[in-house]
Amino acid sequence: MWQLEPRSDAPLIWQFATPVMAVIATMLTGALLFGLMGYDPVAAIRTIFWDPLFGASAGYSRPQLLVKAGPLILIACGLAVGFRAGIWNIGAEGQYIMGGIAGAAVALAAYPAEGWWIFPAMVVAGALGGWAWGMIPAVLRNWFGASEILVSLMLVYVAQKIAAWMAFGPMRNPEGFGMPGSRNLSQYPAASNPEMFPGTGIHWGVIAASFAVFGIWVLMSRHIRGLQIRAAGEAPRAARFAGVRPSALVGFCLGLSGALAGMAGLFEAAGPAGQITDSFGSGYGFTAIIVAFLGRLHPVGILLAGLLMALTYIGGDIAQLMLQLPAATVQVFQGMLLFYLLGFDLLTRYRIRRRIAA
Amino acid sequence: MSDTAIFRAEGLSKTYPGVKANDAISFEVRPGDIHALLGENGAGKSTLVKTIYGLVRPDEGRMWMNGASFEPADPNAARAAGVGMVFQHFSLFDAMNVAENIALGLDHPPPRRELASRIATLSEEYGLPLNPARQVADLSAGERQRVEIIRALLGDPRLLIMDEPTSVLTPQEAEILFATLRKLAAKGTSILYISHKLEEIRSHCDRATILRGGRVIDSCDPREHSARELAAMMVGGEMREIDRSGRSPGEVLLTVDNLSLAAQSVEGTALKSVSLELRAGEVLAIGGVAGNGQEELLAALSGEIPSPAGTVTLAGEDLSRAGPALRRRAGLLAAPEDRLGHAAVPGFSLVDNALLTATVRQDLAPGGMIRHGAARDYTQKVIAEFDVRTPGPDTAARALSGGNLQKFVIGREVLQAPRVLVVNQPTWGVDAGAAASIRQALLNLAAGGAGVIVISQDLDELLELGDRFCALNEGRLSEPRPVEGLSLDQIGLMLGGAHGMEAAHVAT
Repeated sequence: MWQLEPRSDAPLIWQFATPVMAVIATMLTGALLFGLMGYDPVAAIRTIFWDPLFGASAGYSRPQLLVKAGPLILIACGLAVGFRAGIWNIGAEGQYIMGGIAGAAVALAAYPAEGWWIFPAMVVAGALGGWAWGMIPAVLRNWFGASEILVSLMLVYVAQKIAAWMAFGPMRNPEGFGMPGSRNLSQYPAASNPEMFPGTGIHWGVIAASFAVFGIWVLMSRHIRGLQIRAAGEAPRAARFAGVRPSALVGFCLGLSGALAGMAGLFEAAGPAGQITDSFGSGYGFTAIIVAFLGRLHPVGILLAGLLMALTYIGGDIAQLMLQLPAATVQVFQGMLLFYLLGFDLLTRYRIRRRIAA
Repeated sequence: MSDTAIFRAEGLSKTYPGVKANDAISFEVRPGDIHALLGENGAGKSTLVKTIYGLVRPDEGRMWMNGASFEPADPNAARAAGVGMVFQHFSLFDAMNVAENIALGLDHPPPRRELASRIATLSEEYGLPLNPARQVADLSAGERQRVEIIRALLGDPRLLIMDEPTSVLTPQEAEILFATLRKLAAKGTSILYISHKLEEIRSHCDRATILRGGRVIDSCDPREHSARELAAMMVGGEMREIDRSGRSPGEVLLTVDNLSLAAQSVEGTALKSVSLELRAGEVLAIGGVAGNGQEELLAALSGEIPSPAGTVTLAGEDLSRAGPALRRRAGLLAAPEDRLGHAAVPGFSLVDNALLTATVRQDLAPGGMIRHGAARDYTQKVIAEFDVRTPGPDTAARALSGGNLQKFVIGREVLQAPRVLVVNQPTWGVDAGAAASIRQALLNLAAGGAGVIVISQDLDELLELGDRFCALNEGRLSEPRPVEGLSLDQIGLMLGGAHGMEAAHVAT
C-alpha cells in the first residue's frame, strides 16, 4: 500500500523551483507526445516555446504576447487574492463575459456619439458588470451557505448563454446584414481600445494589468487588509479574532476578482475581439486560474506565469499553422502544466512511502 | 540497570542547530509505574518523548523495550513495539466524527460498527465519556483529549506516553483520569507522564525523572520530596513567589448585563443571561469545565460574536454591536484559549501575528499601510519583556513551543495597555516557570488599574489570581464570591461537580 506522509522539512527553494520544474516536465512530456504522434519533437517544442519570441515571424507574434498575457494577468491578480483567503472563484470566465457585455452595452448605447468620457464609462461599466456577476455567488454564500465554487462555475454557463442571446438579439449589429455579433467597436474611435504603440501589443488592458500587479502587491504585502486576507486563508478563527468579518471578506474577494475579470472582458471586447459574439468567452477566465497557481498567488509570479501561458497560446497557434499540430495542443499543454505543478507541489510537502500490510 | 525495566534509555543525545536538546539521557521505566517526566520549556522533554515515539532519531544512545533493542524508524514501528502516545496538541480532523478520527490513527482499524462499540466500552470502562458519532469540530479541548486518550488505549500499549493530559481537566476529572491510569498501571502498562503540576506528580507518580537543559538532573521518588524541592530541581533555583500586592478595586469598568447568546453550533453552548461587573484593578476568576460556555463568553467579549445592544458596556460605552477592532480601540482586549489557529496564525511570523491584534492600539498601520519597522519593534518588545524564547521575530508561530507562544500571545495583549483584558486558559500546557511569569503579568496589569478576567479550568490558578470567583456552568454564570475564605469544596459545589463523570464506573 502506498501512502503519503508529510515531510517535516519543506525548503523554501522549492517554492520557486516547482513552477520551473513543472514547465520543464511539460516540455519533456509534450516532446514525447509529439514524438509518438510522428512529429519531430524538438521542432515542435521549438515552434511553441522559441519561435513566437525569436523565430522567423517573431515580429508578428511578439506583440501578441502582451495581448494574450494582459487579460490573463489582470484576471489572475484578482483570483489570487481570493485564493489566498480560501475563497474559490472558479467563475472568472463568466465575470469576464459579463464585464465585456456591460462595457460594450455602454458603447452601443452611446453610438454614434463622440466624447472622451465614453471609454472611461465603458471601463467602469465593465468592472461593474464583472463585480455584479461575482457578487451573486458571494451573496448566495453569505445568505444561504452555498458553495461559491459551484455557483461561480455554473454562472459561467449562464453568462455564455447571455452572450449568445446578446449577439443574436439585443446587441446584434443593425448594419451587419443579419450576421450575429455586435457592431465592431474598433471602428468606433470613442469606444475602441487600440494598440497604443505599434508593434508592442500594448493596449489599455495591458496597462491595467500592470497596475493590477502593482496594486495587488501593495495590498497583499504592505496593507493590513492583505495580512487579514492571508490570515483568513490560513486560520479563519484567528482572522475573525483579529476583526475580519467573514461575510465582508467573501464579498470583497469575489467582488474584486469579478471587477478585474470584468475589466479584462471589456478591454478585450473593445480591443482585440472588437465585438460581442456568441463565442466571446475564449477561456481566459479558466486559464487565469492556472496562471494564479503557477505564479504562486504572488503578483510577480503571476506576471511571469501570465507571459508563459500567453506564449503557449501563441506557440500553439504557430504550431498548428506550421506543423499541422492539432488545435487541442494548447489545452493539453496548459493541462499538463497545472497537473505537474500540483504534482510537484504535493511531493514537496509529502513523501511517498510504501507500507507493507502486516 | 535492571533487566525488568519496560523501557530503558542510555546516553540518548540529540543536537539541533544551536541547541543540544538531549544530552546523554539515561533513565528507565519499570513495569506498572506511573513515571513522571518533569522539566521546564526547552528542557528537552518533547525531544525525548518524540525519540521514544519514533518521530526523532537520536544522534547517539540506545533504547530498549522489554529488554529488546528498540530503534523505532517511525511512529508505526514504535506503536508496533508497544509505545502509545497522547499528544499535547491534538492531531484530530475537525470535519470528521470521533470514530472516524480514531480509525484514522489505528494501523488496522476494525469495521466501523465494532470500533464504535469498542470505543464505547473503553470510554465507559475508563470513565472518559465520549459519543463516537459526534463531530470533532464541536468538541471542547477536554473532550478532544479524551478522543486522543482512547485512540492510544485502543492500540493496547505497554508504555503510554502522556503529554500534560490533565491540563484541560477539572480536579474531579483529573482524579478519574488518574484512577484510569492506576488501573492501566495495575495491568502492567507503564505510563510516562509529562506534567508541570508538581502536586499532581507528587500524589500520583511512582517515579520522576527531572530534566533541565537537556540533561537528567535526578531520578527520584516524587513522594519523598516537597513540591518546592522538585520545582527547585526543575528550574535550578528558587521559585518566584507570586506578588498579589498593590491592588485596590476602583470604579466599574466592564459591565455585562443579561447577555444571552444562542449556541453558535450544534455542539456549542448557549450563554444564558450572563451578568457581571468588573472593576478597575480587579481580577475576576471564572472557573468551570471547558465546553460550558467559556469560548462563547470570550468571543462575546472580544467582539467575535456581537450581542444585543446594551449587553456589553465598557466605561459607559456600549460595545455590544462593535467588532474586535472597535473594542480594541476602546481598550477591551482578549486572548483566547487556542493558541494555534485562534490567538495566532500558525504559519505567520511573530511580527505578522503581532499585527493581527496590536495594529489598532499601537498604530502599526495608519491608513491601512503597514509600518513594518514599528511592528518589528513592538514584536521585539513583547519577546524581550515576556522572555519569549525564539530565534527571532520572523520565526513562524507554529515553530514556538506551547509555553513560549502563550507568553507571546499574552504579552502581545498586555503590552497594549488594555483597560480590560479577558484571557481564557492563560497557562494551559505551559511549564511552571512560564506560567508564573504569565500570572505575574496579569497581576501587574491589575495593579496598574486595568480590569482582568481570567477564565480557566485550573483552580489553583484562579485562587492565586482572583479577587472574586464565579463559575460558568452550562452557559450560566454564578454570583461572584470573594476568593478570600473560599474552600475547594465550596468551589466544587459551585462548579457542579464532575460533569457527567461517573467515578463509580472506575474500579480501582
